[in-house]
Amino acid sequence: MSKPLQGQVALVTGASRGIGRSIALALAAAGADVAVNYAGSESAAQETVSQIEAMGVKAIAIQANVGKTDEAEAMVKQVNDSFGRLDILINNAGITRDNLIMRMKEEEFDQVIETNLKGVFNCLKAVTRPMMKQRYGRIVNISSVVGVQGNPGQANYVAAKAGVIGLTKSAARELASRGITVNCVAPGFIATDMTDELNEDQRAGILNTIPLGRLGQPEEIAQVVSFLVSPAASYMTGQTLHVDGGMYM
Amino acid sequence: MSDVLERVKRIVIDRLGADEADIKLESSFKDDLGADSLDVVELVMELEDEFDLEISDEDAEKITTVGEVVNYIQSHT
Repeated sequence: MSKPLQGQVALVTGASRGIGRSIALALAAAGADVAVNYAGSESAAQETVSQIEAMGVKAIAIQANVGKTDEAEAMVKQVNDSFGRLDILINNAGITRDNLIMRMKEEEFDQVIETNLKGVFNCLKAVTRPMMKQRYGRIVNISSVVGVQGNPGQANYVAAKAGVIGLTKSAARELASRGITVNCVAPGFIATDMTDELNEDQRAGILNTIPLGRLGQPEEIAQVVSFLVSPAASYMTGQTLHVDGGMYM
Repeated sequence: MSDVLERVKRIVIDRLGADEADIKLESSFKDDLGADSLDVVELVMELEDEFDLEISDEDAEKITTVGEVVNYIQSHT
């Protein structure tokens, strides 16, 4: 198998499980050393690290709440101290606090915006310096199909994920002249712990809206992310790729 | 003074592709030396490394000319 990312260093946020773990493994398979960020589940993060090391590349786990500016900065510094460079940032960390607008508490709204939107900004800002110096960087932000379509009960999550698409475009324009591309992937419903929480009725309802008729697998997102950070996507920036079984067209 | 100025000049030449003859103390990075705002951010980053100091965002925004850079470095190192 070819290793287009050999010698590069990637930081993946929220990489202890779900889509983030799949992305971390895919980047490792392509030859990159990987820093695995996690918020709470240290044992799961260590498991991701072990799987990456088994592929013959380096990995470290870093605990940080990306929504906190100082923690995001310290995380990026730790990656630089450990690996001496940083080529790829995948902003994947996200949480949900679903509720109807009528019932949504201020802290439910704020928490989701802080982690899912401000967290992307914090990490993006922190990596800009090393990437500008290198004159090279690949940033991929994980949005969501609901960020473009809306979803009842997820006003906070949807607002954050739509915000990520706008943030991606601004960053892409600002950093393009320095060899840094910034793109976005908007997954549909992917089989992870997050979608395991859906009940049978919700699941059946969702399947009806997916032309391909099934949930996606985390690896199907990871492959697209791998493409966006590879030399094959060198002429793409500011784009959002919809990987959702055809939900959004 | 002259040493600091020489080192600043070297960075400005290197980073902005400016002619040495055009770089005077009163030269404005944006108006005289062709820098855009991202160039100025990079210039500040490079100055921080060259002189081993940290320039706060507030201070960085006030630095617009070669002379201001030289003064800043002399009063902070």
